[in-house]
Amino acid sequence: MSDSTAIAQGATADAAHPQHGEHPPYQRHHFETVDQQFDATNFAMWLFLLTEVMFFGGLFTAYLIMRNWYYRAFVEGSHQLSILWGTANTTVLIISSFTMAMAVWSAQMRRKRSLLVFLGLTFVLGIAFLGIKGIEWHEKWVKHHVPGIHDYSEQAFLNPASDPEVYKEYHDKPLSPAMAQKTEEYFFLYFAMTGMHALHMVIGIGLLVYIFIRARTGAYTNGHFTFVENFGLYWHFVDIIWIFLYPLLYLISRY
Amino acid sequence: MSEPSQHHGQGNGDQHHGDQHHIVSPGIYAAILLALLVATATTCGMSYIDLGEWHIAAGITLFWNPVVALAIACTKMTLVVLFFMHIKYSTKLTKLTVIAGFFIFMGLISMTLSDYVSRAWGRW
Repeated sequence: MSDSTAIAQGATADAAHPQHGEHPPYQRHHFETVDQQFDATNFAMWLFLLTEVMFFGGLFTAYLIMRNWYYRAFVEGSHQLSILWGTANTTVLIISSFTMAMAVWSAQMRRKRSLLVFLGLTFVLGIAFLGIKGIEWHEKWVKHHVPGIHDYSEQAFLNPASDPEVYKEYHDKPLSPAMAQKTEEYFFLYFAMTGMHALHMVIGIGLLVYIFIRARTGAYTNGHFTFVENFGLYWHFVDIIWIFLYPLLYLISRY
Repeated sequence: MSEPSQHHGQGNGDQHHGDQHHIVSPGIYAAILLALLVATATTCGMSYIDLGEWHIAAGITLFWNPVVALAIACTKMTLVVLFFMHIKYSTKLTKLTVIAGFFIFMGLISMTLSDYVSRAWGRW
């Protein structure tokens, strides 16, 4: 990012400490050691991720309360989701976490080619995740299950037999009109939570592109891999959110 | 940039500052990946089995299916945090901060939920 500033500072810093070269160019002068610099930024990244936990925590708490109040609506709303796509997406995201971990390893080992390969794989898996998510969202749109829109349809919940594909598997009982209305609550949380998660994925993919472009010029494989490591933390955090979204949204009363 | 640096050479991160830049081997990452995939398949499979329920008291029932699903999710999260996110190898300060963060998070959730379950809804 600021290698150039580090070099510019290095020129003037020669006077400040005569034995220049006793620290690498990427070490900022307000840090005693490279390790201290790494720990400080790593710690800051964790603080940021904990604020993110609180942010998603609000949605999870809302989910818990609504699910307890309107359990039947959540069961039948959840039956509208595809286990196949949900499980596939969980697998895709977990593998992308692995490739990201391997990208960090490549940076630590100063292997540029391998770093680029693993960053590329993580990028492709991230795009695949969003693609699958898009297919699922589109299906909700087609079935009029997007909440808050005037043509939201409660048909599949008032009369489950009208949706033969889901009905043949779960034989859901018709919901009362009041409870059927609450399926909108379920889909609101579904879209809010998966949407917020997807937004994090989009930001992550953008950062991946940035890292990839910089890595091509040899950045991160010169011993200064802090940015890749901390981005990895972000990527894994997004993975953890999905690890909880998957059972909570997809796997309600499937037997 | 092209200046050679003596720090953190090939795989010998350990010798500089204890556990700071412990480099986790690809073998461990692969093992964690396998564990996560098995756990995902288990969660998915378990959701098709009725694990029953526990009537704790009048009006309070605990369904085992979500309990098991969340337990598996927590296990997966722990594996990711410890190994992929290197908390197992991080400084005590970072470890303590992460634990404190989750503790506060659990506190906030339980306080909110205890409020919701104990109110006399619609009786004021």
